[in-house]
Amino acid sequence: MIEVKNLVKRYGNHNAVDHLSFTVEDGQVFGFLGPNGAGKSTTMNIITGYLAATEGDVIIEGHNVLEEPEAAKRCIGYLPELPPLYPDMTVTEYLQFAAELKEIPKANRENQISQAMALTHLEDMATRLIRNLSKGYRQRVGLAQAILGFPRIIILDEPTVGLDPKQVVEIRDLIRRLAKEHTVILSSHILSEIRAVCDKVLIIRKGRFVACDTPEDLEEQLSASDRMELLVKGTQEEAEQVLRKLSGIGAYTVLEHTGDTVRLSLHSDGDRREELFFAFAGAKLPLLELRPRLATLEDVFLDLTDDDDAVAAKAAALLKNEPAKAGTKEDSDHAGNL
Amino acid sequence: MRAIYKREVRSYYNTLTGWIFMAVMTAFIGVYFMVYNMLNGAAYFSYALSAVLFLFMVLVPLLTMRSMAEERHSKTDQLLLTSPASISGVVLGKFFAMMTVFLVPVLISCLCPLIIRLNGTAFLKADYGTILAFFLLGGVQIAAGLLISALTESQIIAAVGTFSVLLVMYLWDGLVSLLPTSASGSLVGLLIILLAICFLADAISNNWMVTGGIGLVGAVALVGAYIHDSSSFNSLLPNLLGSFSLTDAFTAFATDHVFDLQGLLLYLSLTALLLFLTCQVLQKRRWN
Repeated sequence: MIEVKNLVKRYGNHNAVDHLSFTVEDGQVFGFLGPNGAGKSTTMNIITGYLAATEGDVIIEGHNVLEEPEAAKRCIGYLPELPPLYPDMTVTEYLQFAAELKEIPKANRENQISQAMALTHLEDMATRLIRNLSKGYRQRVGLAQAILGFPRIIILDEPTVGLDPKQVVEIRDLIRRLAKEHTVILSSHILSEIRAVCDKVLIIRKGRFVACDTPEDLEEQLSASDRMELLVKGTQEEAEQVLRKLSGIGAYTVLEHTGDTVRLSLHSDGDRREELFFAFAGAKLPLLELRPRLATLEDVFLDLTDDDDAVAAKAAALLKNEPAKAGTKEDSDHAGNL
Repeated sequence: MRAIYKREVRSYYNTLTGWIFMAVMTAFIGVYFMVYNMLNGAAYFSYALSAVLFLFMVLVPLLTMRSMAEERHSKTDQLLLTSPASISGVVLGKFFAMMTVFLVPVLISCLCPLIIRLNGTAFLKADYGTILAFFLLGGVQIAAGLLISALTESQIIAAVGTFSVLLVMYLWDGLVSLLPTSASGSLVGLLIILLAICFLADAISNNWMVTGGIGLVGAVALVGAYIHDSSSFNSLLPNLLGSFSLTDAFTAFATDHVFDLQGLLLYLSLTALLLFLTCQVLQKRRWN
């Protein structure tokens, strides 16, 4: 179990990590999701003891990283963003070095190394110099190093960067297999990856906590806010007139505007499909399409981590099932005209 | 520590660095041995050794520039510092690996007094004492190189920085003799040194209270002592700095043939101090 409490990492007057708190339970695959520069790697570097936090505590299996660094580090296998490889060593030499560094008992070492190599499919590369390996294989050597000795917690910083699609699938399988007996933390800005393997997702933005839940719940929460998509035969003005008269309709945006149809996306207060149907029918504007719009994890992510603070705040508010304050009709009209 | 030590030693011999270091050092010791002892018939091998001291300035940077700077540059320090190994273990592992590489030419040079013995009178005790001092002096310089390498990410800067520091160490006696010997000059010099210590303390502790405390207490003590008895400040600065001379102790061994225990202790304690500072630099970097 990893507990991160109120973590702050300050560089000058910029907070790379800003009061971040979360808990990773045993046996979870925990995903860090955030755009580049959100503080994912910094957080991982603090958890693994490479960097020290400005404020806050990291407690790993009951050991505080700052107070008992050796005990805490013994529980962790870490693959940093750039695999820490020595180009002048062969794969076997490197793994032997890593095994000794991790204080794996000598009798156990060979067995552990061959297991790690088998899991990462490195057997054929055992005697090659790391200098001569391709990026994908280097990444695998780094991964083999991280799982060496099978520590209880395995932390992987963007483990599939630079791998071809087949290797990506292999690594995902490996992560799933590891997850049966280990806690795995991985970071990514690739959504499909997180969606495919993670039990729980932590979304961070500019070093701050945004949301932490299962991927399914995140999607559901945003979808539950009754987003709908309409395709109306008529002009934009006519459609807007109808919408204005209706109660319980929140912000709306015009998605598409072609000849005689207009596609709108809107938030409503509860299920308003019937009212919408009759209102448009009464105005003699045929509704060609009316469907609830399910948010995908991608939408959630893109909204929650938008560079614009207002957009992100709006999305975060939706997540907490609060009415979006930033999204007034005037706002969305403006957005529609863009 | 053992894992790091083994890897470092292997790496020095897998790359050219270790071989070049050993070859050049052995070759130069050999040349001076040849000229001083074989051709000109000096009975003390220590003369040849004291003539090759300048080699450290070139060879030590070659050995040390990579040690920490390259780890940081290629981010392999992430592996070392997130492993259960302690920071002091990392530093000591690297230091002892370099000392091992340095030990090889030193052991080869241990043959030289025996060769002299074969050809006539040899002063084995004096010569082996000098070789010990030579080895420990090398240790101080390697520790200095390690510290400088830990301060930067660039091998070139590490090499040039180490060369400059070793040059200052080499010319120390000459430089100290240029300092003023008057009492007021000593006071000013000591205050400047105090200022430098304050900078160092601030860099390590990152706490202005500690820095201010050290500065205030030191300044009051110095000025107070000066007002109380200014005559004791006469040539205090040159004497104080002169006692840090690295070549002094070596010269005691090499030319005076005295077993200078105090000098050896100076070497060992300076090495320990430099290694401690290296650990502090690595520790400190985690906080920035």
